[in-house]
Parts: sequence; structure tokens; C-alpha cells
Amino acid sequence: MKAVVTVIGKDAVGILAKVSTKCAEYNANVIEVTQSVMQEMFAMIMMVDISKLNSDFAAMAESLEKLGEENGLKVTVMHENIFNCMHHI
Amino acid sequence: MINVYDILETIRMIQDECLDIRTITMGISLLDCIDSDIDVACKKVYDKITTKAAHLVQVGEQIEREYGIPIINKRISVTPIAIVSAACKCSPVKFAKTMDEAAKAVGVNLIGGYSALVPKGFSAGDIELIKSIPEALACTERVCSSVNIGSTKTGINLDACKMMGQIVRECAERTVDNACFGAAKLVVFCNAVEDNPFMAGAFHGVGEPDCMINVGVSGPGVVRAALRKYPDADITKISDVIKEISYKITRVGQLVGVTASERLGVPFGIVDLSLAPTPAVGDSVAHILEEIGLEKCGTHGTTACLALLNDAVKKGGVMACSRIGGLSGAFIPVSEDAGMIDAAKSGALCIEKLEAMTAVCSVGLDMICIPGDTPADTISAIIADEAAIGMVNSKTTAVRVIPAIGKKVGEELDWGGLFGCGPVMPLKKESPSKFINRGGQIPAPLHSLKN
Repeated sequence: MKAVVTVIGKDAVGILAKVSTKCAEYNANVIEVTQSVMQEMFAMIMMVDISKLNSDFAAMAESLEKLGEENGLKVTVMHENIFNCMHHI
Repeated sequence: MINVYDILETIRMIQDECLDIRTITMGISLLDCIDSDIDVACKKVYDKITTKAAHLVQVGEQIEREYGIPIINKRISVTPIAIVSAACKCSPVKFAKTMDEAAKAVGVNLIGGYSALVPKGFSAGDIELIKSIPEALACTERVCSSVNIGSTKTGINLDACKMMGQIVRECAERTVDNACFGAAKLVVFCNAVEDNPFMAGAFHGVGEPDCMINVGVSGPGVVRAALRKYPDADITKISDVIKEISYKITRVGQLVGVTASERLGVPFGIVDLSLAPTPAVGDSVAHILEEIGLEKCGTHGTTACLALLNDAVKKGGVMACSRIGGLSGAFIPVSEDAGMIDAAKSGALCIEKLEAMTAVCSVGLDMICIPGDTPADTISAIIADEAAIGMVNSKTTAVRVIPAIGKKVGEELDWGGLFGCGPVMPLKKESPSKFINRGGQIPAPLHSLKN
């Protein structure tokens, strides 16, 4: 079971570190990361394994979104199924 | 593997283009609650609804959180109450109050099924229920009502049309203090469907299982945004673009329905693939029609564009889910659609054009404010016209008009929220009373004889 974490905002030092630390707090294993910086905008998409979370999904999602708000970033956390169902037959 | 483009597209559809699941509706059969003692029957109704739907809202919110997609409404539909109340032989208003209490207890915002099915005549309980609708809707908050007065197979019950014109007026008169809102909770159908998840017309048909989950999708904003990328494409391409986006929207409906069904331990019924607008900016069906190339919704060409839209939505959605049902198509409620409100205010959209549009859209004349002095017979005749379109075209049609008591053309009624606001639209002045008062049954059309 995986979730997709997206992070969009102004580039700054330590964004990846902060987000992955928060994932680790919930025992979500980061499997894959794609990121790019265009002009000064930072965009990252992270695939995390959520099958061994030490808390429920909602708590992790809210915590990551809050981390985003505190750092001026837009963070979304969504179960992979919504992407799979929409884009694959 | 999911690619970056797909992820960003999904997020954009939800965050910027108003993609949402409009409703998860739990259909609950009340056939096992029938009792000749109304108090006993109501207790059974309350217990069954609050047991079956105890976790509906909680599971809806959980899915919302997990998939990051808003689920706007969690609702309940029940067996038409006229069937349940027939054995009681007294006013069925107590059932409406019970439904209202049960809806509040489980936290759903609307509950549908204060209904009667009279396409070919009245059976025990039907007339009592119909007569009680104005009181039931005035003394409850969340109860919705519907009456089916005709079908392709049976023809149109003109006696019921006559009665419903009066009932619609009374519903508005009894709720004048609340912008005549009673009439907005009442739908008069021809060819009503039994698995419709959308309010106010939802009820749980007698052919349905004991309990099931139906899902209504939405997403006019997503369709418009997709079309905006093809300003110069020919109309066949436009149809293809709508099909592609409709497929994606419907897939989400299927996912949400299957997940909700698993978690609630209730069978999954159907996805209603509808484009349901809201008054929010960027969530309008009228604006899709304008994006296709009309200066204003309601002008010449509107019916053709709507026919294409309605058809393409179904073609795209049909492969995306295992079972389709409900009303499926594009809704055209005037007060709930920012583009329709604009078009009606500017005079481009009139009731005659709306009537033509109902021949090719998913339902019928919906959320239209009419002058407060409209005679009941005129409302009955509007219902009969609309039912005739449904009967002859073998489609569902409906009338949900709101007589704006004390108001004239040019003024408006405002409910706020998803119900929006609507300008009072002009009607014909000439009387249809003699026709309506003939009573009887309009026979079923020749093409109903298919066997």
C-alpha cells in the first residue's frame, strides 16, 4: 500500500529532509522521489510505503500538510489508488 | 507505474477545477418496518436507518481524507413512504419527522423517500401521503419528497398532475419565511428511477436490495477546463475530449463506491455519471455549453450542445464503472448553476428553452423560480408537459419549480449554499385549466408496446 506525497513551493534548504523526517516519524518508507526546481519553484513527488504506519493515515497526512503550511509549501498526501484508477484501465 | 504528469493532472482536477464526488447515498429498504400501528412502524424505521447508516458519514470522511477527494454529501434514500405508511391508515407526517430525526442522528444532510409512485393511479396510502407533503416538508429540515406521476409504460396520471400543481404551491406557501424552500425539496417525476443517489428525488425502489451504496459523481469544472485547451477543434473532437475526461471522473466514483461498500459491509449499487453543477465559480454546466461556442447558454444551439455533452458523458463513463444507474447525464438546475443564473437573468435562457433542453439532458425542469401568483393549474400543466417529454422519449423527466410567493418576475429567491439563488422566470399567462381539470389518464405511447 503506497501513498503519493506532493510538495510544491518556493525552494529552500532542507525541504526534502524535513518531509522525509516526518515520513520516518510515522514509519512511512520513502520508495521513490522525483523533484525539480524551475526558476525558484520547488516541486517534489514522493512515493511512500504506508503498509507499516505506526499511526493512521489521516494523522500522517494532516501532520505532513501542517509541516507544509509552516514552511510555506503546498503539501498533498493521497492514497495511490486514486491515481491508478483514474489513469490505468 | 504512475507518472508525474498523471499525478499532477489529478491534483489539478481536484484543487483547481472542482472535481468532487457529489454524493454517497445509502439506499435503505423499509419494507420490513411496515406495521399497522404508526408508532411501532416509526420506531422500526428510526432503528433501521440509524443502524444501517451509523457509520456512513464517518466512512465517507475517511475516504475523503485518504484519496484527497472531497465527498460533498452523505445521504440516505428509503423505500417510498406511501408503501410503508399504507397499513397505518392515518396521516404519514410522523414518518417524515422520524426520517428527519434519524438523518440528524447519523449526520446526513438530506434524506429522500417521502414519496409516492402513482403513474397509473392511486393505491392505499398514496393520496394521504401526497396531501401531507406540504406539512411534512414544512415541519422537517432534511426530508425530501418525490412523486412519480407517469411513465413510458403507463402513460401519465393527469389526476396526479392536477394534485401536484396544488401541492407544489402549498409547499411554497407554507415555507414563505424560508424563501419558499419547501418546494425545493419536492420533485415530480415521469419515469422515476429506483437507484437515483441525487436529491431531492432520491428514493430506494422496491426492486432494490435491502441496503446498498450508490455514488453520484460530478465535475463540470473539469470538463470545461479540458475543453478550453481545444479552442479550434471540430465538434467530433469536442465529444472525444468530454468522453476522455468523463472516463476519469467516473473512475473515481467507482473507486469511492467500491471502497465505501467494502468498509460499510453493504453491496455497491451503481455510479450515477452525472455532471452536477454548483453555484461555485468554475462548476457550471452552462459554462461548458458556452465553452463549446455559445455566447450565452439558452441561445439557439443550446439544445444541440447539451445533447452532445449528455451523450459524451455517458459514453465516457460507461466503461469506467461496473454498473451505471440513477439519472446519469448533465443536470441543468437553474439556481444551482452560476452560468444558468446569469443566462436567466440576462433573458437569454427562458423556460421554453429549458423545456427543450430537458428532452436531451439527464432530468428536467429543475430549481426554477416562477412568479408567486402562478395558478396551481399552470404548475400542473408544466408538470404534464414535462412528463409528456419523458414519456415519449423514454427518459426520466422531472419538475422542481419554486413558486416565489409574493414575488414577481425580476425578483429572486436566495437559499445560499448548494441550492444557490434563482431569478423568478416568466410563464405564459393563458390558462390550461380546462385541460388539467379533465382528469383521467393520458394513455401510454405506441412505442411502449415493445413485447
